[in-house]
Amino acid sequence: MKERLSREVIAMRVAKELFDGAVVNLGIGIPTLVSSFIPEGIAVIYHTENGALGFGSVVTSEEFEEKADIDLVNASGQYVTPLPGMCFFHHADSFLMIRGGHIDITVLGVIEVSEKGDLANWMFPGRGVGNIGGGMDLAFNAKRVICTTEHTTKDGRPKIVKQCSVPLTAPECVDLIVTDIAVIKVTKNGLLLQEIAPGWSAEDVQQLTEPELTVASDLKEIEL
Amino acid sequence: MTTNKLVPTFEEAVADIPDGAIIMIGNFAGPGGTPYYLISALQKQGAKNLTIVANTAGGTGLTLDYEDHKILFENRQVKKVIATFPFSTSPSRPSPAEKQILAGEVELELVPQGTLAERIRCGAAGIPAFYTPTGYGTVVAKGKEVKWFDDRPCLLERAIKADYALVRAYKADNMGNLVYRGTQRQFNPIMAMNARITIAEVDEIVEVGDIDPEAVVTAGIFVNRIVKIKEDPGFPRHLERSFRVRKG
Repeated sequence: MKERLSREVIAMRVAKELFDGAVVNLGIGIPTLVSSFIPEGIAVIYHTENGALGFGSVVTSEEFEEKADIDLVNASGQYVTPLPGMCFFHHADSFLMIRGGHIDITVLGVIEVSEKGDLANWMFPGRGVGNIGGGMDLAFNAKRVICTTEHTTKDGRPKIVKQCSVPLTAPECVDLIVTDIAVIKVTKNGLLLQEIAPGWSAEDVQQLTEPELTVASDLKEIEL
Repeated sequence: MTTNKLVPTFEEAVADIPDGAIIMIGNFAGPGGTPYYLISALQKQGAKNLTIVANTAGGTGLTLDYEDHKILFENRQVKKVIATFPFSTSPSRPSPAEKQILAGEVELELVPQGTLAERIRCGAAGIPAFYTPTGYGTVVAKGKEVKWFDDRPCLLERAIKADYALVRAYKADNMGNLVYRGTQRQFNPIMAMNARITIAEVDEIVEVGDIDPEAVVTAGIFVNRIVKIKEDPGFPRHLERSFRVRKG
């Protein structure tokens, strides 16, 4: 049994994509973990839909009594900490930042992602209902969309598919897919397999992926 | 002093809300910025067939299990909800709205969050409609006019106008100037500017002149009624502490 990367390691790999000064919005799930693994020497500016920029880390359970404050939360409803230079604004300005292309990178979760970079991540599978929230504006309008996911569903079906079978968040929006076994770039010519988890081969990854992958000439093991 | 917008009780502040009103409610993921006492008074008041415009439909389970406008659904006061996040994140704990939407008892208009914010802002600003790229090629585009701008397809979205807005702020003066605290701000300022009648619940009321004019977020002309919260909401909240922090 080849080992898959943990959610934390996926988040660690995504964190390598961030750059100093980047304005970053993290979605719910694996994406929120990214903030724990920002490389040394890099300071990113976090944006949250509910109107804050430049806040700090999520309040831990040990810090709860002292630091949790219902007037300082991120889009997942988690308490966050203040930082010097932080600022607040209302929802229309918050989405002006998103729609206007002022968010450098967003990291979003996945229900399905297609070979063209179509992303579906808002309709709960099996429930027939879903929350669009701020994800649709982010997927359409952030400068770079990175999505993170386990490579397959719990029952082993590919989450990277030829065509999404559930309602889309946005068509042709994803730039990079980071999974628990691979890093795949979405290009005009389809999906480019760039990195694989230790112990996995390109063929192994292809077997769990519905569309055909092009293997990068410089394919390498995922580096953290 | 020509105006005094202070209303002594939440009950009096919502007394005239009629059946069928369109009501905006400040709300996001958690109790911060939700005007709970006004919502609670509206539940007691009992107006029916309401259209609620809010980020969620209440009871989404994102954080603490707190009371919010889910109580209006429990009390069967809502006929339609315009929201971005109407369903509970926990399938085992569906919200009251979710059950009523799925049973066809409440109509849902599901909207991307940026589009909801802009529809509210435009309604306040006298702009009847606008184009946005968000939603093209998705279920959101259904029935909407598409127009291309700069090689990008965009959807025509209509502004929303409300009869009432229930908003939450930190501080007010008698003229209705409002200041918010942290992420409490969210939808509250744009809803305050939108509605025909805006009712604010606040922690503190200060003398006119005591709020720095540079710091006013919602201009007093937008606010019709102000009610002061008399007791602590009981959530972790540190009103004595500023979010201002300095390096080192």
